[in-house]
Amino acid sequence: MSSTSDVTVGAAGARRQYAQRRHLRKWLEIGLFVLPAIVLFVVFVLSPVVRAVYYSGFRWDGLGPLTDWVGIGNYQQALGDPFFTGAVVHTLVILVLSLTVQQPVALALALALARNFRGRTFLRLVFFAPYVISEATIGVIWLLILQPHGPLDQTLQAIGLGFLVQLWLADRGLVLLTLFVVISWQYFGFSMILYLAGLTQIPLELTEAAAIDGARTRQMLRYITLPLLGPTIRIAFFLSAIGSLQVFGLIFIMTGGGPYHASDSMVTYMVEEGWTRTSLGYGAAMAVILGVIGLVFSLFYQRLVLRRDVAGAVTSFAG
Amino acid sequence: MSALTTVRARPSLGARARGAAGQVVFYAVLLFVAAVIIVPLVYAVLSGFRSTGQLAASSFALPDPWLIDNYRAVLTSGAFWQAVWNSTLIAVLTMILTLVTSSLAAFVLARYEFRGRAALFTFFTLGLLFPLSVAILPLFLLLHDLGLLNNPWGIILPQVAFGLPTSIIILRPFFQSIPTEIEDAAALDGCTRFSFYWRILMPMSRPALSTIAVLAVIGSWNAFLLPLIVVSADAQATLPLAVKNFSTQWSQDTARVLAFATLSLVPALAFYVAAERQIIAGLSSGAVKG
Repeated sequence: MSSTSDVTVGAAGARRQYAQRRHLRKWLEIGLFVLPAIVLFVVFVLSPVVRAVYYSGFRWDGLGPLTDWVGIGNYQQALGDPFFTGAVVHTLVILVLSLTVQQPVALALALALARNFRGRTFLRLVFFAPYVISEATIGVIWLLILQPHGPLDQTLQAIGLGFLVQLWLADRGLVLLTLFVVISWQYFGFSMILYLAGLTQIPLELTEAAAIDGARTRQMLRYITLPLLGPTIRIAFFLSAIGSLQVFGLIFIMTGGGPYHASDSMVTYMVEEGWTRTSLGYGAAMAVILGVIGLVFSLFYQRLVLRRDVAGAVTSFAG
Repeated sequence: MSALTTVRARPSLGARARGAAGQVVFYAVLLFVAAVIIVPLVYAVLSGFRSTGQLAASSFALPDPWLIDNYRAVLTSGAFWQAVWNSTLIAVLTMILTLVTSSLAAFVLARYEFRGRAALFTFFTLGLLFPLSVAILPLFLLLHDLGLLNNPWGIILPQVAFGLPTSIIILRPFFQSIPTEIEDAAALDGCTRFSFYWRILMPMSRPALSTIAVLAVIGSWNAFLLPLIVVSADAQATLPLAVKNFSTQWSQDTARVLAFATLSLVPALAFYVAAERQIIAGLSSGAVKG
């Protein structure tokens, strides 16, 4: 009697032990596989963001101990700093121009390239090429092209448009517009590619049926193509807006935010104050303001605009 | 979309004439845009073959005579090749580490049942809300404390970390879509979960992995803000930084700067022309899904 019960107890114990070992093994695997990602993410993404919020409460040069607590002083300083509020305005100007000028142009070019004609593959290759070149290289080339008496001015004079010659990067009223053109020159191809990808999703039957029914090209565009392209347009606008909020490289290279802060973006001014001039607390406060603007924009955009497209997905702010 | 133009009821003569005019305008506009893209780049290439004196005399003449001194000076200078090497090393390591860490995490999030799985996924997607620029100042201090300034790892590790959310979001549904039957069959044949991941899941997910690889390489190759903050020593400069430094250092010698800029864009353009389809597909699908 006792021996049989011993055996069953032993078997159950072994089974339990086996189950425990499997359980343990599963958690070990989970831990091992996901740990590298968690560590990298916490150390290099989350902790710096949290620390930015923390540092923003101090007046600090990044060297000594964190003692000079100023509360919301850095934020008050930022809101009263005409260079910072100017930088916010410049950033928003670039954002609005991107949505109202750059995106329609990109969409029009995508519609053109969606047609079947000789050379479209080549044109697509060309239009997207600036996107894969670094901002530093493009900035340096355009900087030289736009120099006073440089290639652009000489060209305008040669074709009789000399009266259009401007101080493209030195005129405080014009510099932002010039930079916007260069930014668009580099980035319109990316939106165009998104639109092209969206256009290929539209079933041919729809436009064919409309054509048989005698619809004109313009009517098809208005009633078929654009509505069906809606989700793509909303994503492209979102990515363009988020990218605009973080505009940095081209401006940093071409004007450094000048002349006299006339072309500073939020990020160029933050980098100048926080890093070049080592006002880390003040820079951190500007970073937090930038982060909050982006966060609020992303959340609202998803609530109001993207919700009908992708339910519940968080969409990239990383651009 | 060819339907837009090709499928059309038989047009009247007037419509056909208008169509022909429209055709001319259509091509003219496209060629104009193409010229706006190409001319600045050709200007940079040709100016590299001229002297700054020639450039000052006239911006748009052909080189006369053709000089190879600028290009030769750049190509024989250590700075250029050092920067190419640094950029390559950083891009390749960023790509490999992004693929490894994000695929392992996505594997767990897609194919393990455990408490807190949804929370862990949300945790990673939070990263999408924080761009690098918000974190850059504390990141600078952190890298300083870790001794990673002027060190390739100071660029690689943050790039991998900031690439994780998008990569995991792209990979997880891909991993989830592979049927459980395949995993069960593999388990019956004595396949451990790791070898299932390595020998079955990864090879089956090649399209998603190549999207992530493209995003990582292009992003790393062109990155500017992070290297600017991390690197102050010329020997550690990436190509974009080297272009900027060179243009400041030789600001009086326009032709030489343009030669350097031209050579700096050759690797990216060559890669792009060689793998255009994958790059465009990867960047557009990566952006939309991310």
